Amino acid sequence: MLGSKDREGFLKQFLVYALLICIGFIYVYPILHMVSSSLMTLDDLLDSSIKWLPSSFNLSNFEQAAKSMDFWNALWQSIVIAGVPTICNLISCSVTGYALARFDFRGKKIVMGIIILSFVLPSQITMIPTYVLYSKLGILNTVWAFILPALFGQGFKAPIFILIFWQFFRQIPKALIEAARIDGAGHFKSFFKVALPSATPAFITVALFSFVWYWNESYLTELYIHGVYGQSEWTTLVVQLDNFAANYSSYAQTATNAATNLNESINMAGTLLSILPLTILYFVLQRHFVESIDRTGITGE
Amino acid sequence: MAETTKMSRKDKKALKERMKHLKSGKLERRYARMGYIFMIPWFIGAAVFLAYPLGSSFWYALNNIRITPLGRIFSFVGQGNFTQILIQDPDFMIYLVDYLTSTIISTPIIVVFALIIAMMLNMKIKGKGFFRLIFFLPVIIVSGPILGMLTAEGAGSISAIDTQSLTSAISSVLPDIIAKPISDVFNNMITTLWYSGVQILIFLSGLQKIDKSMYEAAKIDGGSAWECFWKITLPNLKSMILLNTIYTIVFISNNSENPIIVLIEESMFSGTKEKGYGYASAMAWLYSVVVLILVGLFALLLATRKDQYEKQVKRAIKARKKEARNKKKIERRNRRNAKKIERQRAAGKITTHTTDRSDY
Repeated sequence: MLGSKDREGFLKQFLVYALLICIGFIYVYPILHMVSSSLMTLDDLLDSSIKWLPSSFNLSNFEQAAKSMDFWNALWQSIVIAGVPTICNLISCSVTGYALARFDFRGKKIVMGIIILSFVLPSQITMIPTYVLYSKLGILNTVWAFILPALFGQGFKAPIFILIFWQFFRQIPKALIEAARIDGAGHFKSFFKVALPSATPAFITVALFSFVWYWNESYLTELYIHGVYGQSEWTTLVVQLDNFAANYSSYAQTATNAATNLNESINMAGTLLSILPLTILYFVLQRHFVESIDRTGITGE
Repeated sequence: MAETTKMSRKDKKALKERMKHLKSGKLERRYARMGYIFMIPWFIGAAVFLAYPLGSSFWYALNNIRITPLGRIFSFVGQGNFTQILIQDPDFMIYLVDYLTSTIISTPIIVVFALIIAMMLNMKIKGKGFFRLIFFLPVIIVSGPILGMLTAEGAGSISAIDTQSLTSAISSVLPDIIAKPISDVFNNMITTLWYSGVQILIFLSGLQKIDKSMYEAAKIDGGSAWECFWKITLPNLKSMILLNTIYTIVFISNNSENPIIVLIEESMFSGTKEKGYGYASAMAWLYSVVVLILVGLFALLLATRKDQYEKQVKRAIKARKKEARNKKKIERRNRRNAKKIERQRAAGKITTHTTDRSDY
């Protein structure tokens, strides 16, 4: 029953599957809950006999939530706010990672120490002066507040990306670079023509994670780009969700057709809408997500 | 033939030794200097977006800053902000203690849980891809507002599992200070689990790097799966455990739903006279120091502990080296003695046994 040493026993396998399914259920429970209650009408919500399946397939919650969030505009801006800094991150972090992996310059260990320290340091400590600095530079409440730091290797969670690139470039055999040198390639040429093409998995990993983390960052986005009192027109889906109640009430006042009061269904519909784009992206690219981690050795030593 | 190879090996060793003392050549140095050119963006970024804000943040913390239409007015208060936070602020200390206890309790839970899931996903099971898909989903969608929304609407805990009886059982056994954070963890089971997505990913790739032949060897020697886990899997994952622990702490501490971070933001934009940028900076410094100490403690706890086997291997290597040294010493002494005897014999001081014999 418990299996021999070579073969997994029936009971053991059953246990593993049961555990995985149970925990998997706990994982997707909030999403199921979201989907089911976002489809409910107000009557269904109040009816205690209805727990999971709504009495009718009702999409009006989504309609109202999308209108109050200004969905399409927010989606487009989210893509810009997450996408452009991601590209900058790719450029700066790959260059820095290459320098750390390939050259033995003086003070390299100090640089590594600073990079690791800046990962551990809570961003709150530099938040206020950075806020002042951005307003001095005139980039507060614009996308540049994310682009500029990312361009100089100080983007959101950049230390992790630098370490990923460092780890990856270290694995490229030195002979390859030396061969390129002998063939007359300069430092930049050997970087662009030899190192970069072989680092595709690292680029995919960093691009995916950077995009996702920028997308989900609500706090800094709100502070630097959206503006604490909503001064700028830039917004993201996650920020819209954070201010959902306020957005909704202002929408409900101006809406011509009688909008219902904010209720759980609309809340859940809004939440679902804000995670929908990334979920679709994830299901399309999931193979890359999981495999790229294995290939890059994100884990360090 | 054997002699020459030996000599060449010796030469190589000597050469290596000499190379160590030699400075690298001009070309090498020029090559290394190219690294600075590649590092330029990072250096600029570190100076402008890291060092400068860090320095001025400390300066802010020592000041009371008021924003007027004419600009920011600084008035130096020294450690005033810090003492005010520690002594007078009604919320900060309470939040800090809450944060510390909940972090200390939930970090091990998250890491252990991630390890268990990763090990199950690493087994030979059907539908591996499907399960992976589910467990990594939180990595993609987890963010502050979404977690806030879910907990607000009661989707953060599972109504199907009766946590009430569990928490009341815990609080009847343990004192209130310890019981409350533990029951909090159970009440927010889902959010706790959702935090462990990246950790599962890291453990999984760590598990795949362990050499399969080690398990085979252990199996041949009669090791059970239980022993294999403690003596192969765990030691091999040691650095991953450290990494995950640090990642978990940093993630929990920097989450925008964290009450202390909310507090910092509130005081940053609060209009009252004694609060504002300076006060918030001081708070952020205090908080950062606490977080750094916490990370350091966990790192120390996990990093310094060398396991028994490593120690034994080290001891064995040391013993072998000592033995080799002794052997060499004895050899040298023998050779010296032999030479001495040779010399003395040549001088005719000693009449050895053999010469005695030849006299006959």
